[in-house]
Amino acid sequence: MSTEITISHVSRGFNGHIVLDDVNLTVREGELLALLGPSGSGKTTLLRLIAGLDQPDSGSIAIGQDDATSRHPKERGVGFVFQHYALFRHMTVFENIAFPLRIRKARKAEIKAKVEELLKLIQLETLAGRYPAQLSGGQRQRVALARALASQPRVLLLDEPFGALDAVVRRDLRRWLRHLHEEMHITTLFVTHDQEEAFDLADRVVIMKDGKICQEGTPIDIYRGPANPFVHEFLGESNHLPAHVAGGVVLADAGFPLGSAALPDGPVQAYIRPHHVVPVPAAQGAWSIVRIAATGAQARISLTRGGTTLEAAMTADELLEAGLHAGGAVEVMFTGGTIFGPDGAGPVRLNTQALAHKLKAG
Amino acid sequence: MSASIPAVRRPFSWRQPSVLPGFGPTLAVTLLWLTLIVLGPLAVMLWFAAGMGWSGFWGVISTPRVLGDLRVSLTTAFGASLVNVFFGLIVAWVLTRYDFPFRRVADALVDLPFALPTAVAGIALSTLYAPDGWIGSLLTPLGIQIAFQPAGIVVAMMFISLPFIVRTVQPVIEDLEAEQEEAAHLMGATPAQIFLRISLPAILPSLLTGFALAFARCLGEYGSIIFIAGNKPMISEIVPLLIVARLDQFDYQGATAIGVLMLAVSFLLLLTINLLQAWVRRRHGQ
Amino acid sequence: MASRFLLIVTAMAFMAVFLLLPLISVFAEALSAGLGAYASAIVDPNVQSAIWLTLIIAAITVPANLIFGVCASWCIARFKFWGRDLLITLIDLPFSISPVVAGLLEVLLFGLNGLLGNWLSDHNIQIIFALPGMVLATIFVTFPFVAREVIPLAQEQGNDEEEAAVTLGASGLQIFWRVSLPKLRWGLFYGVLLCNARAMGEFGAVSVVSGKVFGETDTLSLAVESLYGSYEIQAAFAVASLLAMLALVTLVLKAVLEWLHRDELNAVKRKRTA
Repeated sequence: MSTEITISHVSRGFNGHIVLDDVNLTVREGELLALLGPSGSGKTTLLRLIAGLDQPDSGSIAIGQDDATSRHPKERGVGFVFQHYALFRHMTVFENIAFPLRIRKARKAEIKAKVEELLKLIQLETLAGRYPAQLSGGQRQRVALARALASQPRVLLLDEPFGALDAVVRRDLRRWLRHLHEEMHITTLFVTHDQEEAFDLADRVVIMKDGKICQEGTPIDIYRGPANPFVHEFLGESNHLPAHVAGGVVLADAGFPLGSAALPDGPVQAYIRPHHVVPVPAAQGAWSIVRIAATGAQARISLTRGGTTLEAAMTADELLEAGLHAGGAVEVMFTGGTIFGPDGAGPVRLNTQALAHKLKAG
Repeated sequence: MSASIPAVRRPFSWRQPSVLPGFGPTLAVTLLWLTLIVLGPLAVMLWFAAGMGWSGFWGVISTPRVLGDLRVSLTTAFGASLVNVFFGLIVAWVLTRYDFPFRRVADALVDLPFALPTAVAGIALSTLYAPDGWIGSLLTPLGIQIAFQPAGIVVAMMFISLPFIVRTVQPVIEDLEAEQEEAAHLMGATPAQIFLRISLPAILPSLLTGFALAFARCLGEYGSIIFIAGNKPMISEIVPLLIVARLDQFDYQGATAIGVLMLAVSFLLLLTINLLQAWVRRRHGQ
Repeated sequence: MASRFLLIVTAMAFMAVFLLLPLISVFAEALSAGLGAYASAIVDPNVQSAIWLTLIIAAITVPANLIFGVCASWCIARFKFWGRDLLITLIDLPFSISPVVAGLLEVLLFGLNGLLGNWLSDHNIQIIFALPGMVLATIFVTFPFVAREVIPLAQEQGNDEEEAAVTLGASGLQIFWRVSLPKLRWGLFYGVLLCNARAMGEFGAVSVVSGKVFGETDTLSLAVESLYGSYEIQAAFAVASLLAMLALVTLVLKAVLEWLHRDELNAVKRKRTA
């Protein structure tokens, strides 16, 4: 019952402001895909276009084999879960889930059976008679999902499904949604601004910025090879060092070597993640520790040298072993990084073997 | 039947497209009813008035009786609204800030003039303030006469316009931040100083709006006033009664001219109220 | 606190004198000649026909303005279009027009020397000084009452649930009946309550267009005027007490509704005064 979605050259503008700019995307049958991006990237607009709640200025949207671009939402076979759930406040949980079935004039027994099946799926059988106002955020979310599923959609669309929930509930629901997807295998598309959520949940991630798609791929592929600095920084914290390449060696502009990279000579931008920055205690070290914040399982160390600051991260155990303290002098070892050249060249892996070897040698 | 929506849009459209149905029919009904009931008749009146020409219009308006009644209406409305600003503020403050037995009942009672038919209020006030009425009899020995004097008009206007002021000011008082007053208190200000320097400036815009609303209502009121007013032309006759008098004599032209005059004054007041409310909005940083 | 006590006493004294006393006097005067006189004033056939006329006028006016209010709230609250704010202002217009002017409007249209006067008399149709004119005048005066309660409420509630219903396959009527209407129910009732109170109690506008024949074309308000004018004071107040009781019931129901739905009401109020 699941289908693929094909988005071709879709553009949309509001009041002269371009929200989506020639977007092309294929969502494969049965996959769980995340639309990830900062606010204003156009991801929710794209979702609403697929649902039919809005119309593109140009381009087409196909669901399965049908061109759905000018079809009314109810003919597209999509299930939509709104950011704030949009549960019908005057209906019980049961009635909310039964709504799409009642609309289609299904028989009473049929409705009862289907709703009970869905209630079991979302594990809320005991709350069938409650009203939305009496439910917690996570429970409302599940009811909204069950209601969308009740119309037996070919495609499931979720708009920031966990945005309004607190961290613990969010994690539980994430797990539960993944499990649900594995059971039902409906093509699912969800919108989020939370990178961790997208990477945790999705088969594939599509990163959007300013109405365009920056990169798409599996979480691992993206993380290993972010297409540009924006994606790299969006995926997580990293140290940004302006640098230049001379004879294959990457040197930070501030005056210390980073590693080597297969790039022509010239200016580059280096991005090194905190856990790829390793401080090593050294009496004559050029770097000094400004601050150590040991927050639970992770420790963060702020380092400075001249005018440059670096953030390093390690586990609390590693911190203990390394014997570091604030104010101490260290040398810094890099164990990885990503280099972007000018004019969108890159990403290129920062090769740190030789440098590390050199440091260890003395 | 496939419900179709055009995918290519015009660069400018007068309404934002939506998937919700029913726009056309509901707008049509709304506009039709509005035109039939409100706009059409108003247009007819303006057309009638236009038929008189400026000279005809001025001819009616500039008679001593019309001008005199206008003065009566304006002064009594102004006086009543002003007094109500003072007492209305106290009532609104007390109902919002303090708790006391029957506070809820008092709060509901504020809406009485809204709910009570004007004729009922009219005869009640007239009887109450007549020389032999419950209140009138107390005042006659003092030489004060209310009923059948302009003072009676003011009393009646106070009755019907009080809720306009109280209900406009109440939400603003509710929104007053206790913290500002507490800060002033900590700095040593007396309650009177706190009220005058902090609370009152915040309430003032809504007081003005309430005054304007009350004033507008007082001008147009008929039923509550005609029983207690003396209805002596130019002394205790209000403009609405003048319109009725003209109609009784089948002087459509005269009635129309005065009606248009009243409309003009209402619109002026409405504009003022809207501007005041826009000013309030800006001040509150909305 | 002395000043607090003083303020409360001042406020309550003011309200007692200016609001409560008139209300009490209505009932006091009505019963001043005893229950027997009160009862006979009420069952008087002219009064009975006034009651009947009042009910008929309300029965026509309220549903008409209810349907209008519902339509207006749908197109205004659910859609964005050019001229929307202007439309809202126009709908509020009758609120700021004197009831006498409202009556005047009807007379200018349907009166003997009015626009349609000749046509009407040729066809022997009586509007002014008869029921149709009184109904029209009442509809004018109560025009915005339902709409101005429901429109802000519908705006406050937003379109989310309706959009969800669209994605779930519902048609326009299904959305309205199953999703929108239940949400708006109490607002509609509130508007109807106020509309009805005004429709039954209207005096100025109806006075202008009525034939003022006590027993034929008098509503309850006009009956009060007729009786008072012919110095049947006690009877006038007896009839007035009926209207006063209506007012009290309206106030109580209004307070109850406001209490039950205070959260939503506060959200709407903030939008209004903001």
